[in-house]
Amino acid sequence: MTDYSLDRVPDLAPSVRYKFATRVLPLLLLALILLSIPLFEPSRTWLSLFNAIGINMVFALSYNMLLGQAGMLSFGHAVYFGLGGYAAMHGMNAIENASYDGGLWAAFPMFALPLVGFAGGALAGAVIGWPSCRRAGVPFAMISLGIAELVAAAGFMFISVFGGEEGITGDRMNGVELFGLSLGPLGEVYWFIAFWTFLGVALMYAFTRTPLGKLAQAVRDNPERVQFVGYNPNRVRYLVFIAAGGFAGLAGGMSAVNYEIFTPESLSVIPSGLVLLMAFIGGARYFAGPILGAVVLTYMQSNLSDYSEAWLLYLGLLFIGMILFAPGGLAGLLLSGTTALRQSLSGKGLVRAGAFAISALLSATGVIVLVELAVRHSNGFGEAFEPFSFHLAPDQMMPWAVGLVLAGVGIGSLKVLSRQGGMGS
Amino acid sequence: MSKGIFGKSSLAALLLSGSVLSAEAEVIKVGYIDPLSGPFGSTGDAGVKHFRYAADEINAAGGMGGMQVEVIAFDNKINPKESLVQLQKAIDQGVRFIAQGNGSSVANALTDAIAKHNKRNPGEEVLFLNYAAVDPALTNKKCNYWHFRFDAHVDMKMAGLTDWLRDQKDIKTAYILAQDYSYGRAFTAAAKSMIEEKRPDIKIVGAELHPIGRVKDFTPYVQKMMSANADVVFTGNWGTDMTLLVKAANASGHTVPYLTFYGGGLGAPTAMGQSAVGLVKQITEFHENIEASEKQMARVDDFEKTNNLDYYYERVFTLMNMLDKAVDAVGSVDVPKVAAELEGMTYETPYGEVTMRADDHQLMQPLYISTFSEGVVRDVENTGFGFKTDITIPAAATETPTTCRMRRPS
Amino acid sequence: METVVFALLNGLIYGLLLFMLSSGLTLIFSMMGVLNMAHASFYMLGAYFAFTLGQHTGFWFALFLAPICVGAAGACVEKWGLRKVHARGHVAELLFTFGLAYVIEELVKIVWGKFAVAYEIPPELNYSLFELFGSQYPAYRIFMLAVSIAMLAGLWYLLKRTRIGLIIQASLTHPHMVSHLGHNVPRIFMLVFAAGCALAGLAGVIGGNYLVTEPSMAFSIGPIVFVVVVVGGMGSLEGAFIASLLIGFLQTFAISIDSSFAEIFSFAGLSADGDIGRITIASLAPMLPFLLLVLMLMLRPRGLMGEREF
Repeated sequence: MTDYSLDRVPDLAPSVRYKFATRVLPLLLLALILLSIPLFEPSRTWLSLFNAIGINMVFALSYNMLLGQAGMLSFGHAVYFGLGGYAAMHGMNAIENASYDGGLWAAFPMFALPLVGFAGGALAGAVIGWPSCRRAGVPFAMISLGIAELVAAAGFMFISVFGGEEGITGDRMNGVELFGLSLGPLGEVYWFIAFWTFLGVALMYAFTRTPLGKLAQAVRDNPERVQFVGYNPNRVRYLVFIAAGGFAGLAGGMSAVNYEIFTPESLSVIPSGLVLLMAFIGGARYFAGPILGAVVLTYMQSNLSDYSEAWLLYLGLLFIGMILFAPGGLAGLLLSGTTALRQSLSGKGLVRAGAFAISALLSATGVIVLVELAVRHSNGFGEAFEPFSFHLAPDQMMPWAVGLVLAGVGIGSLKVLSRQGGMGS
Repeated sequence: MSKGIFGKSSLAALLLSGSVLSAEAEVIKVGYIDPLSGPFGSTGDAGVKHFRYAADEINAAGGMGGMQVEVIAFDNKINPKESLVQLQKAIDQGVRFIAQGNGSSVANALTDAIAKHNKRNPGEEVLFLNYAAVDPALTNKKCNYWHFRFDAHVDMKMAGLTDWLRDQKDIKTAYILAQDYSYGRAFTAAAKSMIEEKRPDIKIVGAELHPIGRVKDFTPYVQKMMSANADVVFTGNWGTDMTLLVKAANASGHTVPYLTFYGGGLGAPTAMGQSAVGLVKQITEFHENIEASEKQMARVDDFEKTNNLDYYYERVFTLMNMLDKAVDAVGSVDVPKVAAELEGMTYETPYGEVTMRADDHQLMQPLYISTFSEGVVRDVENTGFGFKTDITIPAAATETPTTCRMRRPS
Repeated sequence: METVVFALLNGLIYGLLLFMLSSGLTLIFSMMGVLNMAHASFYMLGAYFAFTLGQHTGFWFALFLAPICVGAAGACVEKWGLRKVHARGHVAELLFTFGLAYVIEELVKIVWGKFAVAYEIPPELNYSLFELFGSQYPAYRIFMLAVSIAMLAGLWYLLKRTRIGLIIQASLTHPHMVSHLGHNVPRIFMLVFAAGCALAGLAGVIGGNYLVTEPSMAFSIGPIVFVVVVVGGMGSLEGAFIASLLIGFLQTFAISIDSSFAEIFSFAGLSADGDIGRITIASLAPMLPFLLLVLMLMLRPRGLMGEREF
């Protein structure tokens, strides 16, 4: 008899090196980027943009715990962001009061305020999630929409809690200083945001590796089977919902310290819609997707409006384009781009990726030309669209034709390409 | 801070393409922070056109203190947090004068942030020139030295409306309808106390708040007013909430006066149309049928021709010209000095003399109550309708006491 | 008495307008499983088309032409957009229409401008029909009533008495069987989507001048329409009809109740100070539909008349 000892069975578990490369390295990279940004001595504009990006990263990732991981489409995630933020805002004012009168809050450092936000968001998730997580799919989406409308309306009605439309303001330069940060100048706030962004990202990544995180994915893909195995899918959804609410509240707490103000519209369906766009455009199927989405959309929101008044239209078109042609989002596109580069020896993948990129560029240019011409035509001042010293006047035929041809060729070839098998899907 | 691994200058150029602190000495930058996209984009868009036109006028006349003025628009999506991001952008681009008007929540956030900024960054002070946010708190409880308001606030406008009411002896009952948020509540409170004060015999038969932007059909509200036999309606509503209310009133045959702040707001005359004729009254610092010099009328005509938009914000011109006067007097963009110059300044507008009260930085200007009518000399938005003046309230009569305790920088 | 009569009349009109909007949505939803987030955008398109067409042809032609144009637009959206994402499930479809709502609003702003347009009630209907307790009742409302009842009757006839209706009806309950029987299901889907959009467009034509025609009109009415469809129950036109009227009455009656929570609590022997006491039932009225939505989904997820959960 041959004795197959156990040690001869090939080891199927991922190697230490593989684990390091896929799990630890990306986080180290993130830490490195966060640490190196101040070396460039960015202006205050850029610092405040980075701070907004950090907040949105955590917020979008927490949203993706629902959408990407557990398959729950929510139209009301800003509720938890807002309630957590309000909890933190009240904490901030409690710290300020305690610094005059003493009390328990006097020992609480301003730096740790996102923890209050986390608690507030998780508590709100636990209360609201209890009834709403008993449904999945479209009913869950509708419940979240209804609750978002109700909470947003309550935000304007309960003045003692939410401060009416002008919201609650505070001063972050109070209480115990941690790490020698007074949190006054933006540069110091950056370190605060960077710390919590990293912690939030790392913890949410760790969450995907927990049994609960794995179960959530199972519930997304096949709830019946999860039930057969002996778990209650509703309970899994509920627990994920609480965690997602907590991390959204963490982002709210970061936002409270960064802006020193919280207003009821941060509870409304508009930021809820925006975080959905971030997660989806970034790529809801990938952990890093919402991070990309947060970077791109926050930049678009703050800066694209300087260049075009139709930036919301571009946002909508980008979103629709992503759904139609690249459901994997930006992360999916990047991934297939790098795969294509790796296969470039065969040449085929590279050609495809190149063709895809060129036709996307063509159609984007065409659409932009058309939209900008239309905007100027509708404003009716006879102003011309002048990108890169071109002169495109809306009252001539030629620019319109150019736009149409560019868009037509681009979209046409995109369709041909996607018919041969989608990109990033 | 250590120097970067790359040369500082090249990276700054890389990161800041387009937004460098170049601030050439000859250009004064006015940062306009208001919604330019989304549901309120139209309002913000109209505002910036007024500012740009006023800037062009000043530049054509030699600029402010010999320097050219440039108006840079920043889109805040009427969101307080986004406004703070845009404020930071504006300051980094060398803007020292911030203009804003839409949304008291945004104004509150900005005045707070600008006060903090000026405290934390001496030598880089910024002025906040508010052209339309009317929350009384901004020049009362929350007043600060860096904020100047060029629009009459809620209490002042209400004082004007109730002055008109004083002489309407056949009005015995009043109804108040406003949107359920801080402005609407301030409106209701002011209406209640001032009616009580000026016409104690008038009975307030209803005071109602409704959620902002959510009511589609105002007929039930109008019917409540009719069952209560209201002789006059005070409404703080603006935008769609006002046009829908007026349409419902007209459809139900409710023909009592509707006293509004924003009856002539941009877009409202078109949306209300015929239904508002004889019904809607507004209190403003300007409408096109006020007697004025030919020069002013030519300006109105030229503005409407070049911008394809009605002339609405006279106060924007007042704001820019008073800033011009202050900078001329100082001779440079020394913000604390410009602020000191603006305090207590008087200025002659085409519609009378105005004063920036030093106690609370609130502009005192003549106000006009007018009715939306047919057969006017100049119509609004090509509707064939326009506003006719009922009474004029002199600047002195709009003064209301302030609780502001101004803290001036030493 | 006076209050009740008025609340009934107003609730009826508002409810019927809601029904015109939600009937199309319910039709699309039950056939294709797509919750069309852009449905209210087609309502808006109906109003704008009617405004533009009305300037050339007059209101009465626009009443017919505008819904047809909206239907055509809907067909295009289905053919070149929705059909592509269909294979990826309902969430992808829902997201597609969500993005579409953004795009349509921005396009409307470019084409018709950012302010409200002067889309007015036609002069031949702009008079008061009768007077009731001192308040006038405009003829246009009766016209709206007539149009929506005619539409209800037409829809009912189409679904219950024609062959096409038979196929659609069968698809409501047995979508797979219908495709096995050899019907061109994609084409049926396109037609249903177009018809649903056309109904929304019709609501826009007669609602746009009754309310206000402006770029944010879709955003402001959109969520209420979902409430109607969900409360009424999936795939049930009758349910949508009842839910529309219910919500119409609920809102108008709540507005006519003035008592605040402080009064209600003190009646019950409790005391409520501060914010809660200040709130009146009337000021809560616009929020009631959402409360109804949440309660309905939690307690009776198939809605009032629905035959299955979604």
